Amino acid sequence: MKKDIILAGVGGQGILSIAACIGMAALDEGLHLKQAEVHGMSQRGGAVQSHLRLSSDPIASDLIPEGSADLIISVEPMESLRYLPMLSRSGWIITSINPFINIPSYPVIELVLKEIWNQPHYITIDADAIAKESGSVKAANMVILGAAAPLLGLKPSSVEKAVENLFASKGKDVVSLNIKALNEGRSYALKHL
Amino acid sequence: MEKLLLLGDEAIAQAAIDAGLSGIYAYPGTPSTEIMEYIQASPEAKELNIRSLWSANEKTAMEAALGMSYAGKRAMVCMKHVGLNVAADAFINSAITGANGGLIVVSADDPSMHSSQNEQDSRFYGKFALIPVLEPSNQQEAYDMVHYGFQISEQMRVPVMLRITTRLAHSRTGIARRPVRTQNKMSLPSNLKQFILLPAIARKQYRELLGKQEHLEMLSADSGFNQFFDYPENRKLGIIACGLAYNYLIENFEGHKVTHPVLKVGQYPVMPAMVNELYEKCDEILVLEDGYPIIEELIRGMLNKGKKVMGRLDGTLPRDGELNPVIVAKALGIEVTPGNSVPAIVKNRPPRLCDGCGHNDAFLALNEALHDYSRGRVFSDIGCYTLSALEPLEAINSCVDMGASITMAMGAADAGLVPAVAAIGDSTFTHSGMTSLLDAINNNAPITVLILDNSTTGMTGGQTSSAYGKIEAICKGLGVSEEHIHVIKPMPKYHDENVDILRKELAYQGVSVIIPRRECIQTLGRKLRQKAKAKEMEVQN
Ligand SMILES: Cc1ncc(C[n+]2csc(CCOP(=O)(O)OP(=O)(O)O)c2C)c(N)n1
Ligand code: SF4
Repeated sequence: MKKDIILAGVGGQGILSIAACIGMAALDEGLHLKQAEVHGMSQRGGAVQSHLRLSSDPIASDLIPEGSADLIISVEPMESLRYLPMLSRSGWIITSINPFINIPSYPVIELVLKEIWNQPHYITIDADAIAKESGSVKAANMVILGAAAPLLGLKPSSVEKAVENLFASKGKDVVSLNIKALNEGRSYALKHL
Repeated sequence: MEKLLLLGDEAIAQAAIDAGLSGIYAYPGTPSTEIMEYIQASPEAKELNIRSLWSANEKTAMEAALGMSYAGKRAMVCMKHVGLNVAADAFINSAITGANGGLIVVSADDPSMHSSQNEQDSRFYGKFALIPVLEPSNQQEAYDMVHYGFQISEQMRVPVMLRITTRLAHSRTGIARRPVRTQNKMSLPSNLKQFILLPAIARKQYRELLGKQEHLEMLSADSGFNQFFDYPENRKLGIIACGLAYNYLIENFEGHKVTHPVLKVGQYPVMPAMVNELYEKCDEILVLEDGYPIIEELIRGMLNKGKKVMGRLDGTLPRDGELNPVIVAKALGIEVTPGNSVPAIVKNRPPRLCDGCGHNDAFLALNEALHDYSRGRVFSDIGCYTLSALEPLEAINSCVDMGASITMAMGAADAGLVPAVAAIGDSTFTHSGMTSLLDAINNNAPITVLILDNSTTGMTGGQTSSAYGKIEAICKGLGVSEEHIHVIKPMPKYHDENVDILRKELAYQGVSVIIPRRECIQTLGRKLRQKAKAKEMEVQN
């Protein structure tokens, strides 16, 4: 088993919570793991990415080789396109369709989505709306994680357990709303694969 | 033992705790910051009473660590690569004094300048100082090297450098711990003159250091961090892979089995015999270094008359920037299938000041106050406020090294650029701006200094600032006259008032200091969240 995943978003959007869940689930299944994060300057509202590598064999490089990622998981649509050179020709894009506009030159969102839909494999999801329905727009990241879940090669139960662990300190309600968001994301993806 | 999932920086911190550390000294700087932060947050470190407060700058950190080593205890000092420039005087001379308690200097390089002004390679400093340098190829090795580093520092009585790069520092993986060592008891050097670098003693000490070099090479041949793998399939090309580059190399081979002879380098000085073994066996040599071409240049020599040596100098690898698996693949002639290119519709998204950041209001006021003067007179410094260089503010004209704003403004004013403005953050001010301000006062320079006080070290994630609560007193003490020190509130509703104050002080023919003061909203937000959490716990109890 080997999965190379690019996580993408804008500094402050919290892509690391998605990474943390996938990481915990992978460890739970006894996999090797490397996760290269972006800290520092770009965290101030700039484009951020994380390279997450899971494998049943030991992993050498912290960075995913260009053109070989299995997945791009993005919490922002334009950001999902920024890392296309990293994606393998058979790889998937899983992205939110909700733009984060903090630059004046942000393109028309319809054109961004059209570019994504021009790619061979993608799941685009209205994560904000689904998260809101699940109880809080803050759970949008968990909707995205859910949408990516069928492609991660991990057991649904280990991903769920990781989400539970991540939010355990915040109380039962927060846990159950995030689990709900996760499952809504997953069922959306299963319908659109 | 169960593995811990740790960043490279955190692995180093945990290793230091486990290896019997007594104190860590540091000034924040990406990508080194998380080492200190991990120790500050570690309950174990607290229980062990490990000293872990931020220093005013890298030089004071280096000196304090050296003092702890003098007293016989294990000390670590951490900084980003440019921090070593600030600490250089203490660092180079610490090699001459030598260490007593184990002393590790962690210098975190940033090839590709993700968050830095340059991509200097700290291994040069190690070579310059003539001390051992350890360069891990992965996070586990980083952990192990801290244990080993303390051991050889005490055995050879020299400081040891641990050189890491951004990718290693900020990548997370499983780490196996080793048994915990107890801290050293206090014990002064047996020779109480060892640390007195008067010429007569320094000469003797320096000769001693030179005399240790051969032994240091032997250590690096024996430690296991430098290894020759004689994969004989393809002897046409031999490869030297330093630090992290080793991982990028093996990534390109099925099952990580390289089909060329490889010398893996993780410890310096490298024993020449080891390099020679590879050199003799192969027709050509490829050198992979995630940094400057140091080993490559040594092997190649100025005249480059021997076998073909490939790397950054002959264009086989890019001359600058960090390596990655694909760059290494290309150097090896391995075919790579590129992904699709980035669609033209994707726009750059550079970092920016947070919405509602006080720096924004300070620079809006400054821009307006300077409106009637010609452009190009604002010397700035390093911190979040440097982002005011970008659109839409475009408020500053320089960012060079910490503290440079004030002295550059003074120099420019000396050349006739009056008024000149300096803009410096609170943490940067106590890092290196105070001596600059003293120069300006002693010169009665016609400059206006903005000390942007957000009560934190914002850019690196909100560490405590040594300047906290002290800025006015420092300025007064250095000799700025009281009527030319103003604390202003950088908020939209005070804009006009702030512009007026700035205008008046710009016209003043001496040093004035304006302190726009408003807490960083990120730090403030975090404090409020912590408070709320603490309250919740109280209620639960
Ligand atoms: C010699 C040196 N040490 C450390 C750094 C890393 N660094 C860059 S900005 C910064 C924080 C500056 O804090 P402050 O001056 O208070 O400004 P703020 O970011 O809070 O606006 C640090 C530590 C550096 N660039 N150079
Ligand atoms: S982190 Fe603080 S100082 Fe930096 S831009 Fe944000 S609000 Fe301003």
